[in-house]
Amino acid sequence: MARSKNRTSQEVNAGSMADIAFLLLIFFLVTTTIASDKGILNILPPKIDPNVPPPDIKKNERNIFNILINANDDLLVEGEYRRTPEGLDQDIKEFILNFGAPTEKGSALWSTLPASLQAQALRRPESSDDPTEAVVSIKTNRGTSYELYLEVFDMAKKAYFEIYGERVGLTADEYRTLTGDDEASKALQDKGKEGIPMAISIAEPDKIGGN
Amino acid sequence: MAKFKKKPKADPGVSTASLPDIVFMLLFFFMVTTVLREQDLLVEQKIPQSTQLQKLQNKTLISYLFIGKPKNVGLYGSEPRIQANDVLITAPEIVQWGNQERDLLAEADRGLMTVSLKVDKDVKMGPISDVQTELRNADARRVLYASTAKIYED
Repeated sequence: MARSKNRTSQEVNAGSMADIAFLLLIFFLVTTTIASDKGILNILPPKIDPNVPPPDIKKNERNIFNILINANDDLLVEGEYRRTPEGLDQDIKEFILNFGAPTEKGSALWSTLPASLQAQALRRPESSDDPTEAVVSIKTNRGTSYELYLEVFDMAKKAYFEIYGERVGLTADEYRTLTGDDEASKALQDKGKEGIPMAISIAEPDKIGGN
Repeated sequence: MAKFKKKPKADPGVSTASLPDIVFMLLFFFMVTTVLREQDLLVEQKIPQSTQLQKLQNKTLISYLFIGKPKNVGLYGSEPRIQANDVLITAPEIVQWGNQERDLLAEADRGLMTVSLKVDKDVKMGPISDVQTELRNADARRVLYASTAKIYED
């Protein structure tokens, strides 16, 4: 037939190959979950030397924010029973920023805080003296669930990050994502936590309800 | 006759224009599927969620400890166990493991070694506390509680 003469190209059209490749690439990108190294960082205290007696630390009870979690996952926060850890982050924040009876270091710190943080100081006599003295203590039983412990620890961290962030005009999330790689972010990071140590103490668990 | 003159036919060979695409496709496939999990998990892992996540910059400094109920209950029992690399270990063996992991790092980085604790939700604090005591003995005191981001419901 005369029409068949017009067939000059026998090649398969390869133009769509790239599209297929991209499609597959996107498929795998979406479906795989890359193991991420995200988590909550905690620095454990150094090993206890059996030859050296533990240092006798005198600390006023009011400077310690006690959180006890028992084997039934009930909480005892500053002597007060709670069913869930909800709202704990706010309580911890109030405790840290209390400025009940600032020491010399505390007064110096007070003057560096922005007005928004100063306004949050409740100055209760029964709460912490100032942020340099305040310690958040978390004590669990051996039978406490890890999930709840992490939730409470998370709340304590959140309280500190909110303070750090507010101090430099960022939200807690923005402050946490500062990497400290470049000068500007390092400066912000240091300015946020300067003088306010993240004092979260993890006590040795009681031997109740575990194995 | 001039009308039926044979036209010069194009080369009927298979086009190689798509070869790079195929190669890239394979490359992507292997990039995606390999490396991600070099260890077989012997324990259950349902990672808890939290909000205040921090990301570690240097991956080479991280060593992993997996803690959870063994998947093979018949063989290893139902109590939470610790997995380091490819084997299940007991808490006192962590000191030795920690020292081995530290020796793999460059001398300057040894102080920054971080242990990522990948702990199952259902584990109690007892085993965790034992592990932390041993980590203190091994002087591997930087601990990362592995966690995923919490999604708010409101």
